[in-house]
Amino acid sequence: MNSGLNFIYGHLPYWLFIILMLSGLFIVVSRGNLIKKIVGLNIFQTSVFMFYISIGKMKGGTAPILLDKSANNSAVIYSNPLPHVLILTAIVVGIATTALGLALIIKIREEYETVEEDDIQKLDQNDLEKYNKKNVMETNS
Amino acid sequence: MASEIKQGALELVNHLPILQVITPMLIAPILVVFNNKTLSWLLSFVGALACLFISILLIQAVSDGSILTYYLGGWAPPIGIEYRIDAANAILLLLISIISAIVLIFSYSSLHAEIPEEKHTLFYSCFLLCLTGLLGVVATADIFNVFVFLEISSLSTYVLVAQGAYLDRRALSASFNYLIMGTIGATFFVIGIGYIYMATGSLNMMDIAERASQLGDNRTIQAGFAFIVVGMGLKLAMVPLHVWLPNAYTFAPTVVTCFLAATATKVALYVLIRFVFSVFNYEDSFVNELFFLLLMPLAVIAMIAASVIAIFKQNLKKLLAYSSLAQIGYMLLGLSLMSQKGLASSLVHMVNHGFTKAALFMSLGAFMLNTKNVYIKSLRGLGKSMPFTSAAFLIGGLSLIGVPGTAGFISKWLLLEAALETGYWLVAILIIVSSLFAVIYIWKIVEVLYFSESSESYDEVSVLTLMPVWILALFCIFLGINTSLTVDVANMATEILFK
Amino acid sequence: MKHHLILKVITKFMVGVIVLFGLYVQFHGDYSPGGGFQAGVIIAAAFILYGIVMGLENVQKVMPIWFAQKAAAVGVLVYALTGVFSIIFGFEFLNYHAISPEHPKHGQHYGIILVELGVGITVTFVMIAIYYSFAGRTPRLDDKEW
Repeated sequence: MNSGLNFIYGHLPYWLFIILMLSGLFIVVSRGNLIKKIVGLNIFQTSVFMFYISIGKMKGGTAPILLDKSANNSAVIYSNPLPHVLILTAIVVGIATTALGLALIIKIREEYETVEEDDIQKLDQNDLEKYNKKNVMETNS
Repeated sequence: MASEIKQGALELVNHLPILQVITPMLIAPILVVFNNKTLSWLLSFVGALACLFISILLIQAVSDGSILTYYLGGWAPPIGIEYRIDAANAILLLLISIISAIVLIFSYSSLHAEIPEEKHTLFYSCFLLCLTGLLGVVATADIFNVFVFLEISSLSTYVLVAQGAYLDRRALSASFNYLIMGTIGATFFVIGIGYIYMATGSLNMMDIAERASQLGDNRTIQAGFAFIVVGMGLKLAMVPLHVWLPNAYTFAPTVVTCFLAATATKVALYVLIRFVFSVFNYEDSFVNELFFLLLMPLAVIAMIAASVIAIFKQNLKKLLAYSSLAQIGYMLLGLSLMSQKGLASSLVHMVNHGFTKAALFMSLGAFMLNTKNVYIKSLRGLGKSMPFTSAAFLIGGLSLIGVPGTAGFISKWLLLEAALETGYWLVAILIIVSSLFAVIYIWKIVEVLYFSESSESYDEVSVLTLMPVWILALFCIFLGINTSLTVDVANMATEILFK
Repeated sequence: MKHHLILKVITKFMVGVIVLFGLYVQFHGDYSPGGGFQAGVIIAAAFILYGIVMGLENVQKVMPIWFAQKAAAVGVLVYALTGVFSIIFGFEFLNYHAISPEHPKHGQHYGIILVELGVGITVTFVMIAIYYSFAGRTPRLDDKEW
């Protein structure tokens, strides 16, 4: 019992990471609203950022900057800066993805006048039948 | 800091690995600054030609089995980012560069039919960024760098696919689905990298391989590997994760479809291969079991199911997209056999299928310039009115089936040999069955092209459109006759990977 | 134009302060926390604030759409050309020693400033361009609906 608690408590950041990651993934899969999908995707990505940050953390570690030269620097414990740098890059990628996703949603909304996936699929099906009947692609005009 | 490198001692030749990647990256912003349609095309084409030239130099340099390394910013590998070119990625760099140059020739005469002219500059800029991403993924030896380049190429791919919306609004939802699936895939990939970094504390491929071998059987690394396989499975459209591919290929502009079908999925597969052989230990029982129990059945299902679905499709782009799924199955199968021959067949098939599918999609694009239609009925009798395009399509089709004398035959033969060598004769039979399905759907198109009467007659497309189509078709034949480029380099690559 | 007087006055004051702070973050990025990404977003925030309060057409008088797009591309060019500069002088791509071979430490310093400048320009104008492309599509709100 006690060891079980320890197992959960000792890996707390990982449990939180798993919960966040799964809830994000669940939102992406289960919601039909495109904006909610993007929100889910963001939660999913953020969970990974948290995961990386938690890898880099050292207990009692400081920021990895050069301290006073007279102090014995070799004894200073600092957090690993590399995961932070990686995640800075990943955050930028995430922003670009979100912006592009939202831009697509705006375009979809302009073309379909809905952001619900079910409605879009229905309209797509209509399109397909229409094209099958006409058998001609719309010309670019 | 690499103090052993003499200051200012590098010749231009030493810079080839990085020049390969940054040439398109440098040109992309210049296009946006000048914002001129013709100039954009010209500059992109010049950039693609420069890439092609560099990749030829690179493949010459590594074809004797040597490895070129390049330290970004002069920082030595475990700390800095390393670019590493060997036979395995040089051949892919060559494939990507050739295809991009040919696709750009085609786009000059066909793009205006699909995208309004004021968007051309941004289109070419995006195309070049996509090219940068793909080349970067292949060239780098740093696993986080792989992720960054993968996302550069993917993000620009989503934009390129969405450009099909000027003709058909379904491109938007296709692109959005691709974005969701692609991002989930990329995020899984990052989680995998995180696990590896957690266990080994390194991001350099060679360094990880060394450190992981000391760790032995490590759960964290295995979990990371599983995440990477799923993430890359999404990007390369492994069968249960393929749902984004058919729509994205169908509704994207033809130029984009051509480029993506020939390169994007192959690059993702290359990443998987690179991770299996250069980062993880391929002899590891976990990796072997995963490939035998998971990837091989999925590959076989892809081969059969996707081919069957392709037979019933009326939309030609969708038909070819499903056929692409089946071909990805072949490549995965070659990899999952876990033998030198299997891997070699996989690499050769990447190149051969790249040219074959590009030829097919491009000749389809040439038909579409006239018929404005992607349905099979619209091709009636075009064999007579558009003889050259039809002939190119026929050559591509034959190569897809794997008729002797074409590129497809070589790689399928290698795959058959590899399957028989490892004793999977059932798999070998299924490969032939899948090829027979390919005969059916290609014949379906050829019949409409040559053996049915047309009510309308069209003129042959212009020479400038025909030229890229025929270059690709000739490549299909050339690679079927002269195998020294593909098979020898692939054998060299497998030797390096299996070391 | 009579409405939201306080908001407008404070915005006019804040824009300058935000840009100044952005520049501080930008130019201290080479040896303390900060740098191009953060500075770019902060500077862009100033323009976005101005746009939200004063209206899109007013901010576009100061910062036209075409300028934002081209400047974003120029930022990438600054970054890439810093790297190419090293190649021309026979160093690896982005090896800052090339900028000042006699004093490698100075070279690192200048190199990081240049690269961060490129990043800062790109992030600023990309953010502004994203804001424009989204804000330009919403139906115009009536003043009463605030």
